[in-house]
Amino acid sequence: MAVATETPFHVLAVDDSLPDRKLIERLLKTSSFHVTTVDSGSKALQFLGIHDEDTCPVSVQADQLEVAVNLIITDYCMPGMTGYDLLKKIKESSSLRDIPVVIMSSENIPSRINRCLEEGADEFFLKPVRLSDMSKLKPHILKSRCKEHQHHHQEQHQQSDSNSNSNGSSNPTNNSSSSSSDNSNSRKRKAEDNEETSPQKNRSRHS
Amino acid sequence: MDYSNLRRQIISMKKSLFDQGYLDEQFNQLEELQDDSSPNFVEEVVALFFKDSSRLLTNIEQALEKYPQDFYRLDSLVHQFKGSGSSIGAVRMKNECSMFKAHCNNRNLEGCRRSLQKMKREHATLKQKLETYFQLLRQVGPRERAVNSWK
Repeated sequence: MAVATETPFHVLAVDDSLPDRKLIERLLKTSSFHVTTVDSGSKALQFLGIHDEDTCPVSVQADQLEVAVNLIITDYCMPGMTGYDLLKKIKESSSLRDIPVVIMSSENIPSRINRCLEEGADEFFLKPVRLSDMSKLKPHILKSRCKEHQHHHQEQHQQSDSNSNSNGSSNPTNNSSSSSSDNSNSRKRKAEDNEETSPQKNRSRHS
Repeated sequence: MDYSNLRRQIISMKKSLFDQGYLDEQFNQLEELQDDSSPNFVEEVVALFFKDSSRLLTNIEQALEKYPQDFYRLDSLVHQFKGSGSSIGAVRMKNECSMFKAHCNNRNLEGCRRSLQKMKREHATLKQKLETYFQLLRQVGPRERAVNSWK
């Protein structure tokens, strides 16, 4: 009798402003996300395992990522690499392009918003970001995992003809429903296990 | 311990901060995020704002006195200031930053200088008022703080 334990989704938050980083971290944690914050686009890329100096990005397989990232939320206006630049790099990377990206900006500029959405951003938040915005994140994560699961399933189908051993311990598409909570390949859990989404824990104590 | 007097003071102070336009709804949003697991969140985030904005004010002042003025850089600095100010609900600060930005866009140095003086005054006033507010809150203790609504 396996209990499906739910590993929290992991969000990488990028913002050069210290108070804003603290705020987005709190918003995300309150909404039951596991959070990593960085203060620049280049640090974000480092964390994600790609190097922006290279003209040919290092092609890192998704399962080589130290820690899986389920969503990236980034400020638009940052010195050096803007949120838009970061978005582009992510979408150019074969291993990262399926990770949903959300852009935050204090300025409501339609042409900016459109540009980001056209480049592949999943959502655009106007700052200051609020708790109610957090509920928009999970659908994007689930959608991308569904897509990813489909890709992986297709790969597995092709592999299984030549690979008779389907009980590999690190094979994440093992059909048993014991999704271990310390499985670092949490990205690869089957989407159907997660269709019953756990309710957002709203920690607001002020009525 | 009877907190009712203290609570009255806190509520009254917060109301006046809102009525006088120092703070807006965003500040309430911050208080909503405070709970047992993060009982000093608002004070912490506000402290980060003042630390960050003090640095920005110094940089803005230096940039204004440097000849020739780099209005592009000035705009970028005040943009940061405005952004983090709006994140904590510091609406008067935010508005003064908008004034500064407008002077910047017009390359109006005198306007920028006047605006900077106002920004510094607003900054100091808000800092003092919030320090008083947090001092009052600290007297009630984290449990009371987290449980009660200060609206």
